[in-house]
Amino acid sequence: MLQSIERQRHLIDFTLSSLMRRKGKNFSVLFVYTLVVFLLASVMFFTSALRKEAHLVLTNAPEIIVQRSLSGRFSFIPVDYGKKLADIRGVVSVRERLWGYYYDPEFKANYTFMVPEKLPVEQGTIAIGAGISNTRHAYEGDILSFTSPDGVLRSYTVKSVLSEESQLVAADIILISTEDYRVLSGIPPGHATDLVLTVRNSKEIATIAEKIKKILPDSRPIIRDEIIRTYDAVFNWRSGIMIVILCVALLSFVIFAWDRATGLSAEEKGEIGILKAVGWETSDVLLMKFWEGAAISLTAFLAGVLLAYVHVFFTSSALFLPVLKGWSTLYPDFRLVPFIDVNQVITLFFLTVVPYTITTIVPAWRAATIDPDSVMR
Amino acid sequence: MKPSRKSTFFLCSLAALVLLFAVMCVHARVRQAAEMAGIGRMAAMVREVGLTDLCLFTEASYTRNPSQTDLQTPFQEHPVSLEHFPSGSLMPPPEHQKDNHAAIH
Repeated sequence: MLQSIERQRHLIDFTLSSLMRRKGKNFSVLFVYTLVVFLLASVMFFTSALRKEAHLVLTNAPEIIVQRSLSGRFSFIPVDYGKKLADIRGVVSVRERLWGYYYDPEFKANYTFMVPEKLPVEQGTIAIGAGISNTRHAYEGDILSFTSPDGVLRSYTVKSVLSEESQLVAADIILISTEDYRVLSGIPPGHATDLVLTVRNSKEIATIAEKIKKILPDSRPIIRDEIIRTYDAVFNWRSGIMIVILCVALLSFVIFAWDRATGLSAEEKGEIGILKAVGWETSDVLLMKFWEGAAISLTAFLAGVLLAYVHVFFTSSALFLPVLKGWSTLYPDFRLVPFIDVNQVITLFFLTVVPYTITTIVPAWRAATIDPDSVMR
Repeated sequence: MKPSRKSTFFLCSLAALVLLFAVMCVHARVRQAAEMAGIGRMAAMVREVGLTDLCLFTEASYTRNPSQTDLQTPFQEHPVSLEHFPSGSLMPPPEHQKDNHAAIH
């Protein structure tokens, strides 16, 4: 046993010396390899944590939301529609929801005004999200003004600032009373932004949504499952920028694999020839090449994953921030909870370490099975 | 003195990386447990206020509330106008919207 370990250690010693003879090339391979793993793992950690948090948080979202669509566009829904909806068997309650967006030209930021369902807000006061508080330097007791559609500047006292930890869902939220919002938004009386339904049995949600569509053909029901599925799909590997990053990373690996599989340099072939000539077995050469591949790919994998973890969960994905912020002036400052999907880490391991190690061994096996004399020539 | 072997350095480095990887997994578990209360408070706010989406992109209404938007909004005025907010490429339309689109055409 000890002899076998000592043999492997001698092989590793030799492999590392061989790698150090071409340190420029090998260190650049290690650097690029680590970078590719880092990029892939960062995207993986970021999307997986967001998906999980969305799932946990949005399970409390409204069960069914009914919007009205006219000429293929969103339109305010008459509150009277609620009576027809309440008559559907299985519907427990129908509530109007008032909310909308507000563009602040001074700070070039978009806010979301919302009349809360359960948190009462006094008339003349508002509660603001931590993102707005940070952007506008507005705190409890301050007065914020917004322009209503009739051009009148309306002022509200900040009653409270929503907690910093809620930024992932409420950074841009302004909670306001029903009366104030009707005046500020200009939503006509008897209308609401949408209607929220609660149902007795959650298994009936899809059936009730179908009934709503039949009773009110101009309506668009949105069910909670769809809301949650939205985030599953958006941060899926097949979606948007994820597929672009994945393609770039896979292409880099194809180039890596191509470089390794198309053959060894004359120097490397010569080295194998000399080793064979001095008595090395083919299996020894393959073992040496295995250690060479493993040393580079294992180091790159572990370093890449660790750096990605620090990047996503300690620096709040600092490198992705310019892309995520886009044109937003107001961007939530949130720190993701490290929900790591073990299956994804294992997949990443098999996608990166195994192919590289194999592509290191195959050309070496071809060179090692040829007569040493012809390899050295 | 016997010079240290390269394999010793390599195996120690690899062991250190594996150890850090294990620390990372433990850290993730510990933080998950510690942050569950905060997530619970966020979920309570979602219920109390009646929220539907994560606040990830505030630049456009259809990326601020992707689950609530329609297929027309990204194209603003008419179907062949270009969708121009960068977050639109990060946040593609939700599946249920694409289903509706398929049903329309």
